[in-house]
Amino acid sequence: MSKISIVFDRVRAEEKMLQKEAESLGYDTTSIDAKTTRFSTESKKSDYDFGNVVLERCVSYYRGLHFTACLEFLGIPVINTFEVANNCGNKMLTSLLLSKNKVPTPKTYFSFSAEAARENLDKVGYPLVIKPIVGSWGRSVVPLKDKDTVDALFEIREYTDGPHDRIFYLQEMVKRPPRDLRAIIVGDEVVAAMYRKSSGFKTNIALGADAELCKITKEIEDLCVRASKAVGGGILGIDMMEDEKRGLVVHEVNNTVEFKGLAKVATKNIPKTMVEFAVNSVRK
Amino acid sequence: MNCPDCDGNINVPADASVGEIVSCPDCGADFEIAKKGGSIELKQAETVGEDWGE
Repeated sequence: MSKISIVFDRVRAEEKMLQKEAESLGYDTTSIDAKTTRFSTESKKSDYDFGNVVLERCVSYYRGLHFTACLEFLGIPVINTFEVANNCGNKMLTSLLLSKNKVPTPKTYFSFSAEAARENLDKVGYPLVIKPIVGSWGRSVVPLKDKDTVDALFEIREYTDGPHDRIFYLQEMVKRPPRDLRAIIVGDEVVAAMYRKSSGFKTNIALGADAELCKITKEIEDLCVRASKAVGGGILGIDMMEDEKRGLVVHEVNNTVEFKGLAKVATKNIPKTMVEFAVNSVRK
Repeated sequence: MNCPDCDGNINVPADASVGEIVSCPDCGADFEIAKKGGSIELKQAETVGEDWGE
């Protein structure tokens, strides 16, 4: 019998659903708190009981990423892998990989000082959207529509001066309807998709956007598979926008995708599909 | 259980698991259900970090 571990740092509805489905499928299932687990350079796989495969579900990106590194050091399979988590957790790496693999994605401009970012803005023109390279739920995603906004925001960055504040990720403001699309892909299977509707600029469910089930078209399916392959594959949330001219463009790929809302309306059992994928991935 | 901050009464559901968050109805503080030894305790919940999310 396969044993599966779910690594968490905060138990949300998603982690409870995964645990329930794994148990229903008959797998020996354990939930492990990343905050109380210790590793060292001397650690061995036999020191732990993580089972055959681990689903990494930490809400803190860096905690999950580094925990995954420790698990892979021990030779324990993790969904998603360190490489995939790293590719998706950093928006700049995601954009580069999407573009490199010819996945339609918004034009995005990178610079490594406020001065160079201003030059990008002068050259490309307003508006652009500034996003932190690490972050989620729409935090600190700001449309830059004029010089005053830029001056204020860049000044704040100078004072906060976190390591990520020196990386300026500026993205074109895509002309789209007041919604975007989120699809969940597990391996090569797009299991569910939804529109996220908002009257405001941001369409994050965490910020109150309304969710509506979306039919999975061939275009959505193809794009999700290509985006997933571009970052390394696994269990992912693909965010897309409907550009007026280009059609669908992928703007983000999420590594520890939330699915509480979508699971209620989806025709497929999302957590069950995720558990089966994880177990089957180590049987191959 | 009693709120570590205001001593209000926090209802911890019977099916709650370690790692879940409960809130004090009196003062609104959030606590994480934790296990110490064989017993359950409430510890201050972490605040939302810059790297939190999906």
